Amino acid sequence: MIKISNLVKSFGGNKVLDGINLEMPAGKITVVIGKSGVGKSVLLKHIVGLLKPDSGQIMVDGQDIPRLRGRSLREFKLRMAVLFQGGALFDSLNVFENIAFPLREKTRLPEKEIADRVRLRLEQMSLTAEVETKFPDELSGGMKKRVALARAMIQEPEIMFFDEPVTGLDPPMTNTVFHLISKTHEDSGYTALMVSHDIPEVFAVAHHVAMLHKGRIIAAGTPQEIQGNPDPVVQSFIRGEVDFLED
Amino acid sequence: MNNPIRKLGRHSLNLVEQAGGMMIFLLEGLALTFVPPFRLRRVFQEVHNIGVRSTPIVILTAAFTGMVTALQAYYTLRQYGSEGALGSVVALSLIREMGPVLTGIMVSARAGSAVTAEIGIMRITEQLDALDTMAVNPLQYVVMPKLLAGIIAVPLLTAIFDVVGIMGGYLVGVVLLGISSGAYFSGMTQSVVINDINGGIVKSLVFGLTVILVACYKGYYTEHGAEGVSKATNQTVVLSAVLVLAWDYVLTSFFM
Repeated sequence: MIKISNLVKSFGGNKVLDGINLEMPAGKITVVIGKSGVGKSVLLKHIVGLLKPDSGQIMVDGQDIPRLRGRSLREFKLRMAVLFQGGALFDSLNVFENIAFPLREKTRLPEKEIADRVRLRLEQMSLTAEVETKFPDELSGGMKKRVALARAMIQEPEIMFFDEPVTGLDPPMTNTVFHLISKTHEDSGYTALMVSHDIPEVFAVAHHVAMLHKGRIIAAGTPQEIQGNPDPVVQSFIRGEVDFLED
Repeated sequence: MNNPIRKLGRHSLNLVEQAGGMMIFLLEGLALTFVPPFRLRRVFQEVHNIGVRSTPIVILTAAFTGMVTALQAYYTLRQYGSEGALGSVVALSLIREMGPVLTGIMVSARAGSAVTAEIGIMRITEQLDALDTMAVNPLQYVVMPKLLAGIIAVPLLTAIFDVVGIMGGYLVGVVLLGISSGAYFSGMTQSVVINDINGGIVKSLVFGLTVILVACYKGYYTEHGAEGVSKATNQTVVLSAVLVLAWDYVLTSFFM
């Protein structure tokens, strides 16, 4: 269970997060929706320890993440993995080396074991052995996302974070990536937080949805509850109405 | 009336803040040298990127610098009938000043700009964040090997610069202008003392560290996408060249 209480963050006088309260149930996929630039990625970066809040708590299994330092922070990071918006693949390494990177850095597994695990993950992502030697700039957007997902999953994380996992992908590839996320979740049972503005596709993958608007969570519940929420801001966002999007 | 003073104050504060930030960045980066994993392979890779790949441009610059120094010095010395001192003039100019300074500037132009662009792109494409979330310290994985490579490679490049420059001077002084080979080298062995060599080595160490520190720092704190990378790269080349020249004055006055 991840519990966020009264999380506040400002950048140069601009309050991006204004008292976020949110609970993410263990073993479930929680999706934070909201329009672009509302602070969804900022929220995610606080939970993974990349940003420090001005105030508030982020409790993961009784530990307040912003207060963790040194070894305990490293141990928390070893339990989680992040799928970044653009994939964040290392462009000096090929696909194989990218996926093997966490294992080479953080384990003492023999190379043969690492190779077997990398190939298994590639297979799970429906990627052929031919892509192993390719570099990130030789891959399509969809392939990059799948390689990045393979790299995240090879760490067998207890907690997964997805930052806009399907942004910039065409509809078939969007469905493929969401399908892969659902499948890996079924297999591993990780706790996940996804930030996304891809409506209605995210409702198919989410167990729990929260809507971020003007620095606060204005609605939270199951996908059905959110879709039935009478709040005009929520409804306007779900329907993609122009006046709200241009607010 | 108030505005220029405010502006000056803001600029001064900015400068102090950046200098402090750079110093903390340097200390953190160097301290990580002693924290496992030691990343020797990454250090060797960076010595190759920063040092070996800069060798051709350093050789080219050194050859022409030695040649033009010999040419200028020859016609000046001839007015006083001291052509025999050509070897000393070329060697001392190169070892004390031009070798370390021009090597520092050439490394900044070739490797410094590349380092900033590489780290800047890693920043804007979230590769540094990705390292961090994998519990890999980006300072240790990306920056520390480059800082060490700067300290190792630039003095070696400076030594190459000095030797090639002296040979360039030989080509002009001895082969083209007809000074005797013995006079060229004997003048050199008499006038160059160990303090000149030490001074050159210390300067090259400081310049190497300065150039790569500026490059890493500017890349690490790149903002605002591709335009930010371009701006950071530009700042690296300008700032490191200015710092090399400023350090040169400080160190020269210290050694004199």
